[in-house]
Amino acid sequence: MTGGPSFGIGRVRWAWFIVAAVIALLLPAVTNTNTPALLLIWALFALSLGLMWGFAGILSFGHAAYFGLGAYTYAIAAMTVGESTGPLLLAIVLPAAVAAVIGAMMFYGRISDVYMGVITLVVTLILFKFMNATAGDAYRIGSVRLGGFNGIPAFPILNLPGDPNVTAFGTPFYYVVCVALLLCYLLCRWILGSFFGKVLIGIRENESRVELLGYSAPLYKTAIFTISAGMAGLAGCLFANWAEIVTPGVFSLGQSAEVIIWTIVGGLGTLVGPIIGAIVLGFLKLLLGQQTVIDNSLVLGLILVLVVLLLPSGMLPAFSRWRVRRERAVVSRRQASSTRRRRGVRGESGP
Amino acid sequence: MDYAGVVFLEILYMIAFLALISAGLAVVFGMMRVINLAHGEFVMIGGYTTIFCNRAGIDIWFAMLVLAPLVVGILGLLVERIVIRHLYGRMIDTMLATWGLSLLMVGLVTLIFGNTAVSVQAPIQSYQVGAYQMGGYNLFIIAISTLLMLVLWLVLRYTRFGLIARGAMQNADVASSLGYNPQRIYMWTFTAGAALSGLAGGVMAPLTGLLPSSGSLYIAKAFITVITGGAAVISGTLASSIIFGAVNQVVSFGSTPVIGEIAMLALAIILLRLMPQGITGRFFRNST
Amino acid sequence: MSETVLDTRDLSMRFGGVQAVNNVNFSLADRELRCLIGPNGAGKSTFFKCLTGQIRLDHSHGRVFIRGHDVTGWRAYEIVRLGVGIKTQVPSVMNGLTVEENLWLSARRVGGREQTQATVADVLQRMSLEPIARRLVGELAHGQRQLVEIGLVLAQGPWLLLLDEPAAGITGAEADQLVSIIHEVNRKATVVVVDHDMQFVRMLGGKVTVMHQGAVLREGPVDEVLADAKVREVYIGSRAR
Repeated sequence: MTGGPSFGIGRVRWAWFIVAAVIALLLPAVTNTNTPALLLIWALFALSLGLMWGFAGILSFGHAAYFGLGAYTYAIAAMTVGESTGPLLLAIVLPAAVAAVIGAMMFYGRISDVYMGVITLVVTLILFKFMNATAGDAYRIGSVRLGGFNGIPAFPILNLPGDPNVTAFGTPFYYVVCVALLLCYLLCRWILGSFFGKVLIGIRENESRVELLGYSAPLYKTAIFTISAGMAGLAGCLFANWAEIVTPGVFSLGQSAEVIIWTIVGGLGTLVGPIIGAIVLGFLKLLLGQQTVIDNSLVLGLILVLVVLLLPSGMLPAFSRWRVRRERAVVSRRQASSTRRRRGVRGESGP
Repeated sequence: MDYAGVVFLEILYMIAFLALISAGLAVVFGMMRVINLAHGEFVMIGGYTTIFCNRAGIDIWFAMLVLAPLVVGILGLLVERIVIRHLYGRMIDTMLATWGLSLLMVGLVTLIFGNTAVSVQAPIQSYQVGAYQMGGYNLFIIAISTLLMLVLWLVLRYTRFGLIARGAMQNADVASSLGYNPQRIYMWTFTAGAALSGLAGGVMAPLTGLLPSSGSLYIAKAFITVITGGAAVISGTLASSIIFGAVNQVVSFGSTPVIGEIAMLALAIILLRLMPQGITGRFFRNST
Repeated sequence: MSETVLDTRDLSMRFGGVQAVNNVNFSLADRELRCLIGPNGAGKSTFFKCLTGQIRLDHSHGRVFIRGHDVTGWRAYEIVRLGVGIKTQVPSVMNGLTVEENLWLSARRVGGREQTQATVADVLQRMSLEPIARRLVGELAHGQRQLVEIGLVLAQGPWLLLLDEPAAGITGAEADQLVSIIHEVNRKATVVVVDHDMQFVRMLGGKVTVMHQGAVLREGPVDEVLADAKVREVYIGSRAR
């Protein structure tokens, strides 16, 4: 049992992972990659929130702030530099740095969950209002006009590092998104399986007890908040490349609400859940966008209300109950295999 | 001198505006510790009620001061019974559920009334202050807001219902052992809060064109006003309205309205960080 | 040579309008076993929380020294990192994790991978928690959760243990076992136990400090203190056991 007990995180099911990766990579053979790319970008965004919320218990009501910062940072940097490698990295680092500052302020200040919700909400509001009002020549960073609610169009898209002429557009771009998502998923898995991840899970379960064990909870929370923001920034950067324009809408409350809904509906306390939630609900949103009768807000709002009401002990304990069911399944599997009377429940070879 | 008068009135107006749109949320948060993120939509629906009742021929004063609170109050009652009631004590879940409700309501209003702005004429004309043109309706808003705060304070402090409600908020078990039903009290308190939001929406209706998404304009400001104000309903709301209103207007005069708003939001973050219990968690502890 | 492991100077704390802790000068020698008792409202738990950093102190509240370090105003995790183990009054454990995982998280802070595994196995055995090692703590009975929490404390091998009501809700047999564990730990570490259970306190032996209305009333060996007239009056006057 290297690395200690599982803390509810099984080992990566490599079979499923490879199947998913192969499907994703073969998709361009059967369909246009435009929509799938967007869905996977949203999935990455949801993954970033799911990591932080599901495993460390940190809910941000304004996670779109970092998504938007990633998008804008990429656009501005790419236009300034002309090449995309630096801007891509900056689009990850800058939101992470901002998150580190805001996170430290909140977590070391020991404010409650509710006030954290308020502050994160307000941060994204500030960014949205600010960006919306930056029309006119006076508002520019370097030589790049911020453009107010019209946003920033026509910036260089991702290119092969070192060769600005080879750009990622269409199917190659889709592959970039796929790889980004797969790598980030593996990164999340690695984090959760590590000592750092286990402390986070402990913090989610009982923060004061973890502190009484000698861990500085604010430090760990700030760290995961930073990582999550960096990942959201990456998603934002990819979104900018997909849309080929960045507008203040990336900071909107609506965007923050959507990612929360995708994460909850997909399954809080898992990594795959938010990914699937984003893909399914994102697809639904795109379908609804094609007609005007049923508004996307209506559907999402209804889903959110129902999910909150119908999970009786709130969302996070659902993770524990799921674990209980899984542990019982393991026990009953052991019983079944010794009597060979039932079909075993398929599970991973974890503890 | 005239300019000073105008600036003073503008600040007063901003304070009144914040207090008015926050009152409903403050009652619900201060008394029940419920954060209703659908508050902005309650306000918006109050506005829509006023406008469409007025279009149907009803007197605008009646529509905004009676019908709007009534309609939204009933809506609030339904919301409390169907959703909020199951989530008491679960603050984050309440925030999420009411956020869902807010999206739902925006969707429904868009479905029924479409996405074009609706508006109504302000029933009071503007007047002159020296060389400046002042909106007469703004004065009305200042007056209504002041009156509302006063009435709320009187009700909470001196009436039987106010006392019972405050008692139930402090200690539900004691209230029920005295024969009062806390569930009922929460229900009526939430309804009252919703009605107040509807009133605010009705009063605000003549100001600009109303869209289904207008609620989002109100929710942010009301939200931070109430949370920063702290648990005391009247003094908390007043204290933060005064601070934010003044800062917003003063900074706006110095630069642009957007910067003024941003200054207000940034100040909210700072205040919340320094005083996590809100202003009335630190000062004026035992006020209403 | 007996150094002072814990020392408070004029420790005072107001709580909700009441002077919960009133100028307490409390001193603890190395490898002592001290029990802190007193009727309800005596200020024991508030005092305890001042020692553990769960209540934030500033210098207006007096001073707390642990092994010479001035820990006044330190946060709980900083105090724990000195080598102090803390068990709170209400069992504070990680309900969604198994017993084994709880212990692992505790042990891992102070040891490497192999050492942690060994420590966890050792604690499971000493606390007789092996049968429930893979159970989720949230599903256990109150008494079992108490034992898990004590296990959490032991897993870090602290040289000062602060235990608030360790015997609450556990069975007689578990209490006996707990007494022997505390005695064993006491051979190398200093232990403070806050408790109501007189039988448990008697079984532990050691010196007893009685608190009343936020101040120290009597200090001395168990039997002497419990026979003291003033102590009995204070207890009988307020729902004594």
